[in-house]
Amino acid sequence: MAITIKEPFTKDKFKDLRAGESVLLTGTIYTARDAAHKRITEMIARGEKPPFEIKDSIIYYVGPTPAKPGRPIGSAGPTTSYRMDAYAPELLDLGQLGMIGKGQRSDEVMAAVVRNGAVYFAAIGGAAALMAGCVKEAEVIAFDDLGAEAVRKLYVEDFPVTVVLDPAGGNLYKEGQEAYLASVSE
Amino acid sequence: MREINVDTIKENIARMCIEANHYLDEDLKECMASHLAAEPSEVARNILESIGKNIEIAEEGIFPLCQDTGMACVFMEIGQDVHITGGSLEDAINEGVRQGYTEGYLRKSIVRDPLDRVNTGDNTPAYIHYDIVPGDQVKITVAPKGFGSENMSRIKMFPPSAGEEGVKDFVVETAKLAGANPCPPIVLGVGIGGTFDKAALMAKKALLKPLDKPNESPYYDEMEQELLERINSLGIGPQGFGGRTTALAVNIITAPTHIAGLPVAVNVNCHVSRHKTVVL
Ligand code: SF4
Repeated sequence: MAITIKEPFTKDKFKDLRAGESVLLTGTIYTARDAAHKRITEMIARGEKPPFEIKDSIIYYVGPTPAKPGRPIGSAGPTTSYRMDAYAPELLDLGQLGMIGKGQRSDEVMAAVVRNGAVYFAAIGGAAALMAGCVKEAEVIAFDDLGAEAVRKLYVEDFPVTVVLDPAGGNLYKEGQEAYLASVSE
Repeated sequence: MREINVDTIKENIARMCIEANHYLDEDLKECMASHLAAEPSEVARNILESIGKNIEIAEEGIFPLCQDTGMACVFMEIGQDVHITGGSLEDAINEGVRQGYTEGYLRKSIVRDPLDRVNTGDNTPAYIHYDIVPGDQVKITVAPKGFGSENMSRIKMFPPSAGEEGVKDFVVETAKLAGANPCPPIVLGVGIGGTFDKAALMAKKALLKPLDKPNESPYYDEMEQELLERINSLGIGPQGFGGRTTALAVNIITAPTHIAGLPVAVNVNCHVSRHKTVVL
C-alpha cells in the first residue's frame, strides 16, 4: 500500500519514510535538470534569489516533452540523477526536502540526505506517459530559453514515487537487490 | 535506374519519428510479457506492469512513451541501382526529423556543440549512417535513442588473449555498472570485432535486431542466452529495486578483425527500445 503525502511538504512528514516504500505525492513540485541546476547554484553564489524557495522544496529531475494544446504537460518521466550530484548537496544544505529522479547517487548526496533529513525518490524511468496524467498544472517560472530544461512549477496529484534514500541512511538500490538475491538463494 | 524523390524520404522519416516514439514493436512487448511471467519479485512485477500501462497510454497517440524522445538515429540502406532526386538527401533526412519532432510534440534534445551546449531547437541534426547495398530499394530505419541508457554504454579494445571469457565478463560488467541508471529492464546491443568505430556501430545496429529470433550463429546465440542469464542473476531488477528482470535481451553482431585486436562495444538501451523501418 502506498503512503499518501499532501502539501505542505515538511521534514516532519518525511522523517519516517524508509527505502522501498511507495509514496503518492500531491502538491507543488519544481522541475530542474542539468542546466537549471547550474544556473540556480550560480544565482545563489551571486547572492540572488533563486526562482523558487529552496527550503522544503521537492525538485523533480525532468525535461518533459512539449504540451499538446489543452494539456498542461507532455510526457514527464525522470532523468538520470547522478548528473545533479554536483549541485544537490548544496541545495539540500539550504533545506531542499526532496529529489525525484532515477539511478544511483554519490556518497556526498547520500550523506547530505541523512544530514538534512531529506528524501531521494525514484519515479519509474520510461513510464513518462503514465506519469504525465498525474500532472494537473504546469507553468514555466524561469529559464524559458532552456526549453525542455526550463524550471517549471508543477501541481501533481497522487504522483507515484518510491523512496530510495531515506533520512535514516537506507538505500533501496542496495537493500532491494540484496533482499532479492537473498530470497532466490533460499 | 529507379528514382526516389527526397520528399518521399522526408515524409517517411517524419512519420517514423512520431510512430517510433508512441508504438513499440510486438517482439518487445512479447519479450516483456514473458519476463513478467518469470519474475519472482512482486515489487519487480508491479514495475513491469506499470511499464505495460505506460505502453498502452502511449499507444493512444497523445503522450510519447518517454520524455526523452531521443537523438534521431537514422540508418539508410541505399540500393546501388537507386537514383535519389529532388535535392540533398542529408537535408531531406534532417527536414524529416525537424518536422516529426516539431509536429509530433517530441522533445528537442540536441545541442549544436558538445561544449557550448546551445539547443538547436528542432532535434537536428540526426545521426545518419549510410550503407550502399545491392538492389533498387531504399530501407530506412529511424531509431530514437535515449541518453540515460546511451551514457551507460562502453567500448574496450581487448587483447586477443582475453578471449570469450573476457568478452562475456565485459558485457555483464557493463550491465552491473549501469545499475539503475538506464531504466532497467534494458536491452543490450553488443558489437565484437571490426575496428574501434565498427564495434560501436555494430553494437548500435544490434539494438535494431528482432528480439524473438535466434542469432544466425548457434555459437553466438548460445552466448546471448548465457549473457542474459548472467545479467538476470545480478539482482538489479526493474528500475534497480531488486528482481530478476534486469535485461530483456542481448543481441550480438560480429565482424572480422585484426590479428592484434579484439574490440568489444556494448550499447545499452532501455525498455523503451524504439525503431521503425520502411522499405521504399
Ligand atoms: S533511458 Fe530510456 S526509458 Fe530511461 S529516460 Fe532515457 S529514453 Fe526514457
